[in-house]
Amino acid sequence: MAQLEVNTFMIDVNDEGYFTDPSQWTSEIAKELADREGISLTDKHYEVLEFLRAKHHEGVPLSIRKVGKSGIVDIKQFYALFPGGPLKVSSKIAGIPKPVSCV
Amino acid sequence: MKKLLIIGAGTAGTMMLNKLYKKMSRKEWEFTIVDKDELHYYQPGFLFIPFGVYAPEDVVKPKRNFIPSDVKFIVDEVEMIDGEHNRVKLSNGDVITYDLLIIATGTVPVPEETPGLKDELWYKDIFDFYTFEGSTALFHKLKNWEGGKLVINISESIIKCPVAPLEFAFLADAYFTEKGIRDKVDISYVTPMAGAFTKPKATAMLSNLLKEKGITVIPDFYIERVDNQEKKIISYDAKEVPFDLLVSIPVNMGSEMVENSNMGDEDDLNFIPTDKETLQSKAYDNIFVIGDATNVPTSKAGAVAHFEAEILEENILSYIKGKPLTAKFDGHANCFIETGFGKATLIDFNYDTEPLPGKFPVPFIGPMGLLKVTRVNHYGKLMFKWIYWHMLLTGKTLPVSTHMSMAGKELVN
Repeated sequence: MAQLEVNTFMIDVNDEGYFTDPSQWTSEIAKELADREGISLTDKHYEVLEFLRAKHHEGVPLSIRKVGKSGIVDIKQFYALFPGGPLKVSSKIAGIPKPVSCV
Repeated sequence: MKKLLIIGAGTAGTMMLNKLYKKMSRKEWEFTIVDKDELHYYQPGFLFIPFGVYAPEDVVKPKRNFIPSDVKFIVDEVEMIDGEHNRVKLSNGDVITYDLLIIATGTVPVPEETPGLKDELWYKDIFDFYTFEGSTALFHKLKNWEGGKLVINISESIIKCPVAPLEFAFLADAYFTEKGIRDKVDISYVTPMAGAFTKPKATAMLSNLLKEKGITVIPDFYIERVDNQEKKIISYDAKEVPFDLLVSIPVNMGSEMVENSNMGDEDDLNFIPTDKETLQSKAYDNIFVIGDATNVPTSKAGAVAHFEAEILEENILSYIKGKPLTAKFDGHANCFIETGFGKATLIDFNYDTEPLPGKFPVPFIGPMGLLKVTRVNHYGKLMFKWIYWHMLLTGKTLPVSTHMSMAGKELVN
């Protein structure tokens, strides 16, 4: 297992950089990880991150569509907040595993 | 008399009916099955229609042929389920009560979910192939098409038979090659996923195959709308892909009845929250869900419904005797992938194990190559049509294990 140093904390991550233990996450660590992705976190970003963490905790599979139906952002806004692959980028910053498709 | 009601007489519903009909006492139970359509389509055959391999009449038979004669078959649409009161309402206004309900209403493409998809170019330059109408219309289009940009686009990550779009790409490559116009056709495969497939080993193998065949993969493309004037598809992050011919795999959704009954999950895709091991609905103990209608995290495909049916049969027999549900579905999926020119590959996986290379043992026929392109796999795929009509729908047990087996698989890194 790899480790990632964030603000003097050592985080357990997989080889793609996703947390293997979501309990190691804090909002400060999220801020630092987002900076590395070139994103400066706003309250809206945090709302999305909390939503992802809550759903992950409930064991609900995540999709871009689900975030778009969350009432927090629509899909276009989700892309604007986390450019590129919004679900992959946001999951990494939210400290949860990489979202997997079912097939 | 107690009442067993099955909604949906497609692959999963018909299989369950025939399995339970043999095992449940018909003195104690009255069987009813409801479907809005009188015809049963062999859906895996839709893939072959555009290329003229199957004719439309090869893939359709009356549903009644597969339903025992003393089972009540109602041809009507279910409007909603009232799970609190154990009853369903039909669109003709009739109300049917049940003691035990099995929901097998499947999933359908809903092109209306994507703006501009079902618009002026629909069935002119834009087609789906997951419906009888779409695959037949596409056959006529391809016959006279002289080439250009062929774009295969997947709208959403949860779709029925997730390998069929890849098979379509491979078969299109072979079709245009055999027609002598492959150099005039530019094929791209535009997907919301990060690659050709989701699991690493199968993705690596399939990506190589796409590359060999000169098919361009455009990953991470999540379609927002179609521009009919300029003939291009546009993603949520404003990427554009122009097309001359668009073959779309629209958003797949569960039955509208699920929405009317307020039984769907929070994706608004109308898939029903279902225990992924026992296949019992999460909302009501006397409702079970099977096949594409569930939200269980595995592929939506007939082979999956078949493995689920073996588990569900056992669990329903336990349930009616008041015993705990001990049979557990492992997410087993198994499918042939046509790769064109009379060859195919095969994948076998479950909730926990990704598709691995190796050999898949099949009694009498011999081992089939996993993640390998072979002629035997292609014959397996074609033979499956016969198995489907004669063994699968009638509820016979097939000679493959219900739970995924590691026998023959190679544990490579």
